[in-house]
Amino acid sequence: MIEPAGSPGRAGTPTTPQLALRVAILGGIAFALFAIVFLRLWFLEVLSGDQYRQQALDNRVRMVAVPAPRGSIVDRNGTPIVENRPATVIQLDPRRLPAGERDAAATWGQQMSKRALLPKGHRGEPIPIPAPATPELKLRFARLAAALGVAPARVQENVIQQLAVLPYANVRVKVDVPATVRNYLLERQRDFPGIAVERVYLRRYPLGSTAAQLLGTVGQISPTQLGTQAFRGVHQGAIVGQGGLEHTYDRYLRGTDGVQTITVDASGRAKSSRLARQPRSGDQLRTSLDLGLQKTGQTAMANVIGSGTGTAGAFVAMDPRNGRVLAMGSFPTFDPNVLARPITQAKYNAIFGPKAGAPDFNRAIAGAYPTGSTFKPITAIAALQKGIITPDTPVDDPGVFVAGTQKFYNAGKVPNGVVSLRRAIQISSDVFFYRLGSEANPLGPVIQTWARKLGLDHPTGIDIPGEAGGTIPDRAWRARQNAKEIAYEHKHHTQCPPNCLYSDKRPWSVGDNIQLAVGQGDVQASPLQMATAYAALENGGTVVRPHLGLAVEDDTGSPLQQIDTPPARKVTMNQGDRQAILDGLHMATMADGTSADVFQGWNQSAYPVFGKTGTAQRPPRPDQSWYVAFVPNKTRPIVIATTVEDGGWGAQAAAPITCLMLKNWYGQKAACSPGKSKTK
Amino acid sequence: MSTRTAIQPGSSETVAVPRSGGLSLPFDPVLLLATLGLITCSLITVADATVDDIPGNPHYFVTRQAIYFAVGAAAAALLWRLDYSRLRELKYATYGFLIASIVAVMALGSVARGSRRAIDLPFFSFQASELGKVLLVVSLAAFMVDASRRLADRRTTSRILLLGLVPAALVMLQPDLGSALVFIAITLTILFVAGAPWQHFAALGALACVAVTLGLVVLPAAGVSILHGYQKDRLTAFLHPSKTADKAGYQQNQSRIAIGSGEKTGRGDHATQTKYNFLPEHHTDFVFAVVGERWGFAGAALVLSLYALLIWRCLRILTLSKNLYGALVAGGIVAMLLFQVFVNVGMTIGIMPITGIPLPLMSYGGSSIIATMLAIGLLQSIYAQGRAAAAGKGRVLTF
Repeated sequence: MIEPAGSPGRAGTPTTPQLALRVAILGGIAFALFAIVFLRLWFLEVLSGDQYRQQALDNRVRMVAVPAPRGSIVDRNGTPIVENRPATVIQLDPRRLPAGERDAAATWGQQMSKRALLPKGHRGEPIPIPAPATPELKLRFARLAAALGVAPARVQENVIQQLAVLPYANVRVKVDVPATVRNYLLERQRDFPGIAVERVYLRRYPLGSTAAQLLGTVGQISPTQLGTQAFRGVHQGAIVGQGGLEHTYDRYLRGTDGVQTITVDASGRAKSSRLARQPRSGDQLRTSLDLGLQKTGQTAMANVIGSGTGTAGAFVAMDPRNGRVLAMGSFPTFDPNVLARPITQAKYNAIFGPKAGAPDFNRAIAGAYPTGSTFKPITAIAALQKGIITPDTPVDDPGVFVAGTQKFYNAGKVPNGVVSLRRAIQISSDVFFYRLGSEANPLGPVIQTWARKLGLDHPTGIDIPGEAGGTIPDRAWRARQNAKEIAYEHKHHTQCPPNCLYSDKRPWSVGDNIQLAVGQGDVQASPLQMATAYAALENGGTVVRPHLGLAVEDDTGSPLQQIDTPPARKVTMNQGDRQAILDGLHMATMADGTSADVFQGWNQSAYPVFGKTGTAQRPPRPDQSWYVAFVPNKTRPIVIATTVEDGGWGAQAAAPITCLMLKNWYGQKAACSPGKSKTK
Repeated sequence: MSTRTAIQPGSSETVAVPRSGGLSLPFDPVLLLATLGLITCSLITVADATVDDIPGNPHYFVTRQAIYFAVGAAAAALLWRLDYSRLRELKYATYGFLIASIVAVMALGSVARGSRRAIDLPFFSFQASELGKVLLVVSLAAFMVDASRRLADRRTTSRILLLGLVPAALVMLQPDLGSALVFIAITLTILFVAGAPWQHFAALGALACVAVTLGLVVLPAAGVSILHGYQKDRLTAFLHPSKTADKAGYQQNQSRIAIGSGEKTGRGDHATQTKYNFLPEHHTDFVFAVVGERWGFAGAALVLSLYALLIWRCLRILTLSKNLYGALVAGGIVAMLLFQVFVNVGMTIGIMPITGIPLPLMSYGGSSIIATMLAIGLLQSIYAQGRAAAAGKGRVLTF
């Protein structure tokens, strides 16, 4: 105790023993309270300080992704099909906006999220975007909008919507502005305060519509994709592949976004920022596509359809040994460059709507059509393997086949006389195959089993999404369809309208099997499935898994990883039987075969063509033209399936397109004129 | 130390007691030291915490705080030179002014954050409950002295209690729960120091238990609520701050993060909790958290030690008082300071609820600073008079 020197002690104070006790108690209480506070402080600051230090750091740091450039997609020779293009984004720094505008954005965001909590249908009108906070700001936005060529209301909308979500991040006002506009804005900082320029990467398609349907687009990851296995580690708002190769190989293409850490204050305003992780660009995808063949196919199909034969179509060219897709096209097509930038819904509908023929629909894999006579080799291998016929069993073809009360005719009711398998394939005798269908029916799903073995009735497993499974009808399938129709009637208390397409509730009959044998009736398959089935005939029974991806490479083209795609399965078949069918297919492109006139002048000894026409009836529409062919070759074998919707006879539309593609593939000179064969 | 107040050169014997009419008066140097230390800490902390608060005017708050201290110091000096015992005669006036000022605030005051606590004057807003704390000490001690012969009488205790509870209830209506609790603490301590029988305190304790049970459990269940919802949230939020991090617990959570992140020696200029406004009220109620973040355990311990010194000196002066009135006033001031320090610091470190009590001498705010400085002045006066009485057995008055 410090007291002035010479203090005379406590004399004069009214301290009694009782008061001394009570003061001591007060002192004790004070001591206890200070002890508690000291201990607690020791615990907070010394014992668990590091934990609170971390919390304080987390408090103030926000992460913002810095987009990584996506990898390119190249053809088998390394020519880019999809590449990146740096684009300038004009942004607004929210710190340079009046506080009123930021508050308006926050309020709007709160109202919108409140509205989102209401059940659908009870939300009422969307909350209108508030007007710019100050007249000065309105003028600023108007100036900016005029410079960028957008509506002033659009600028305000962008600002409000984006600030409501990320109050500290720059607002994107326009993506992809020309350098002149960028320079104009940057040179006039005084007129355009708070303008920031960011570089982003947009997709570019230097070859325009080439392989457009295979590539897919890129876009922000959707809430349903977020957190799925395929998109593990991808943050919200990231740009990922949506559809096509971009989707399948997204995890190689997307790279790793960089991270920018932004220090913010309690109201979320940015104070400083730092690039915490450099973005790592995505890897390059090498595909099996051959751009020459691809372009030939697309041009040939466009020309055929442009000349008035058919309305739409698709082709698939594949290496029959391993399923590498060499070319795949679908008509009508589109230029994917239109999707690389933001596009309005109206414009999108105009380009991709049903009126435009749904050009983004990949008919080569998703179009399921009746196959017509291109199915016949499948019927043939089934009948031969089952022992219904031998390659030389003679069958009389009077032009009509009678099964019970039903009559099935050849095209044009032409009688072909006595034919065996090879000749039947060469001239596409329907009666021959009607008979096989009829005779196979009591033996169970003979043809169906072989069709499934060869890759029909289920997706082939190609490495792009959206594949159709197709249909191979049998007794069980028909029973299921009938059950569906009955269930529909039960549920809706009305008959299934004609377009519900379930069935007509009739049981499976021999007629169904006869139709199946020639690829008619309920049969549906995609060009890709037909190419896979013919590839198995060509290679002796290996059912390949078609694929476009060959290898993942770094951005200089050195391989990082081969994409290994083993065949789906192997099918054992009698080689004599197979040879008989191959003979028939080869004969069909020669002499009086169904596609002989298409291949007039073709060097058959060097590059023998094995091909089958198909003309599928799709009433009430015109017939659909089909052609499936392969050329066995030691180094460059190929199988091509082509179809043209409403294209008429197989030899008329589809076969010439195939011929032109073969011509390109083998560097041949041939006329490839439309054939005159009027066979199915 | 003695030389400072020596009036006869060469006389080392002389106690620092001036004769009547002299200009020098004894004062408690330790109390002065503790006060000056806290003032320094307050100015440094407030200056640091509020640099970015008003754009373009980084010294706004610290300038004002310095003026408040200056005014407070002048008032304290004035009190020191007066004989505090004269205030006893003014008990009706002081008590009346206390009640009147609280009522005036309720009638005329401006509403800030949902409660009406202050009257806006041209230079600062006058918070009646802050000055009221000192007024209550001065008047209640006087009433207590009058009744000191009938201590054993239950009516004495009830009367004093009632005198304390009236202003407490009034500020509670503002609503200002924190000040009401300070009033109650002052009242109880004055009773205690005066020597009210232990049985009375036991009875009061039992009564308080019943009242709390009624107020917090039974009545709300019956549909009558004494406390506002936010008050109850605040009172209970400290028990589980992380769970209510978005609501009532937000401030407390941020405060704990601020203090904890200071670790041993503080974060210095990287004190982001303060700088980026995560810490609310960083120059007023949560000023201690600023100390904890910026200067760590070392800084917080220093400030707490200064308070410990202050409280110890108060108790010491209590025992030095020349009369019961001085002892009671000193006791009331002990209660006022100790309660506020503990509840405020406890609030920032998460062991007490948020009640809106400022940290005496540290928190920014004119009313609190001036009221506390007045209390310090009273203590010095008690010390001076006690010393003088001990030396010369007489009253000392320098004016």
